[in-house]
Amino acid sequence: MLVEIKNLRIAFSTPTGWAEAVRGVSLTLGKEKLGIVGESGSGKSLTARSLLRLLPGNARVQADRLAFDGIDVLAASERQMRAIRGKRAGLILQDPKYSLNPVMTAGDQVAEAWRAHKGGSKRAAAQAAVDLLAQVLIRDPARVAGSYPHELSGGMGQRVMIAMMLAPDPELLIADEPTSALDATVQAEILRLMEDLVSRRGMGLLLISHDLPLVGHFCDRVAVMYAGRVVEELQAGELTHARHPYTRGLLNCMPRLSHPEARLPVMVRDPAWLAP
Amino acid sequence: MIAIDGLRVRFGPNEVVHGISLDVPRGSSFGLVGESGSGKSTILRAFSGLNPDWTGKMRLDNVPLDRKRDRAFFRRVQMVFQDPYGSLHPRQTVDRALSEPLIVHGLQDRDARIAQALSDVALPNSVRFRYPHQLSGGQRQRVAIARALMAEPNVLLLDEPTSALDVSVQAEVLNLLRDLQQRRGLTYLLVSHNLAVVAHLCPIIGVMQGGDLVETLSTDDLRAGRVHHSHTAQLRALTVELEDGGEAAARASA
Repeated sequence: MLVEIKNLRIAFSTPTGWAEAVRGVSLTLGKEKLGIVGESGSGKSLTARSLLRLLPGNARVQADRLAFDGIDVLAASERQMRAIRGKRAGLILQDPKYSLNPVMTAGDQVAEAWRAHKGGSKRAAAQAAVDLLAQVLIRDPARVAGSYPHELSGGMGQRVMIAMMLAPDPELLIADEPTSALDATVQAEILRLMEDLVSRRGMGLLLISHDLPLVGHFCDRVAVMYAGRVVEELQAGELTHARHPYTRGLLNCMPRLSHPEARLPVMVRDPAWLAP
Repeated sequence: MIAIDGLRVRFGPNEVVHGISLDVPRGSSFGLVGESGSGKSTILRAFSGLNPDWTGKMRLDNVPLDRKRDRAFFRRVQMVFQDPYGSLHPRQTVDRALSEPLIVHGLQDRDARIAQALSDVALPNSVRFRYPHQLSGGQRQRVAIARALMAEPNVLLLDEPTSALDVSVQAEVLNLLRDLQQRRGLTYLLVSHNLAVVAHLCPIIGVMQGGDLVETLSTDDLRAGRVHHSHTAQLRALTVELEDGGEAAARASA
């Protein structure tokens, strides 16, 4: 198993005591595509980031088991974690505008990632960067390699991010809302690209999003989170047979092109959903 | 209510809107869809007076609009932006944000109007003296809508009003916009890249690509797939594919 999470709890210290943001999440992930869906504040990003131990300093993490490929993340040394972060597990963030270095060319950034994990000469790294940019289906990789992030569109920037994450051949790709800042047309292209790369390289994918139909379309399995818990886990194909009222609510409250409705159903939150 | 004829907008040497025309009858809504950079928001901004470098004809209620707008225009036309985190002043209370339009337009009864505006957008009175950071994203967008309604406009320009919100909150805001339109007879010009959102609120839709309005069609035609331009067909296919998910794929391969 690539990822094992058992009874993960994350809390933040506040002036009034500990505030629990993740309250007992258990998940496993092999070489497959798992989607985590939920609203803002449901704890989906925290869950994914805890795997890389990339949480804010005032967070308290507890778990019966939190392991990446058998390595206990909670007990690992900082040195061991550095060998996982980027190298064995890549992280793609929402907005390439903020996650790329604005004063470095795209090619240099990809080359830097390649050299940091694989070593080798500058020239070899520059060549590898162009190859990687070609792999993420950039038509003119040499030109893009010489461009600065502000000269690239959002979709192009996100491809550069993906190329950078693929450089060290990771086993797991964590994508945290990778397409929320992009247009619908570009969104589909980027997700198809990620899906294709992940299947071709036999990687695991953890896709975090608030868009349930989108995740259902691109993943094998979907975990739905609400208020720090996984309330339902199901096969992507069975999304229409979801049983939890929260999952059903998420599906129903979206306006749909094929089924017009005068009023959208509004989610009525049942306090019982908060119970373990 | 809104009539735009041959509108061209330039940013320096670049023309970004290449002569578009559209009409929105009173009390109706018109939706503009397209990718980023297609010029849809620019049209909205030019109409609201935020982009001065335009040529063509724009009319509000049959009155031609000038480069310079008078105060009456800003009372009749109000805009709601995408991101309520960015469009509300972080150090002003909701009360202050809602008072501002009243002061600018010299309206009386501030207390009663603010209380009314909050209840119109279904916010409790308790949020009145809170700061934006103490509110959720959906509540903030309601405040932004309430602020736009303070001066009692006839026209609301909505620039991606729900794109920054969770889907459950989006449903509430869309219902609110529809209720407000029916209650007050508002005219909407709505911009979004989400076809389903636009179709939900607007009976007529304009599709933008690269600064051109490539197709204007009714929502019924769009839903039924009676489209003429390839870009419209492409946008529609993407939306329908995601909505039907595996079902459509299974049917296609069967």
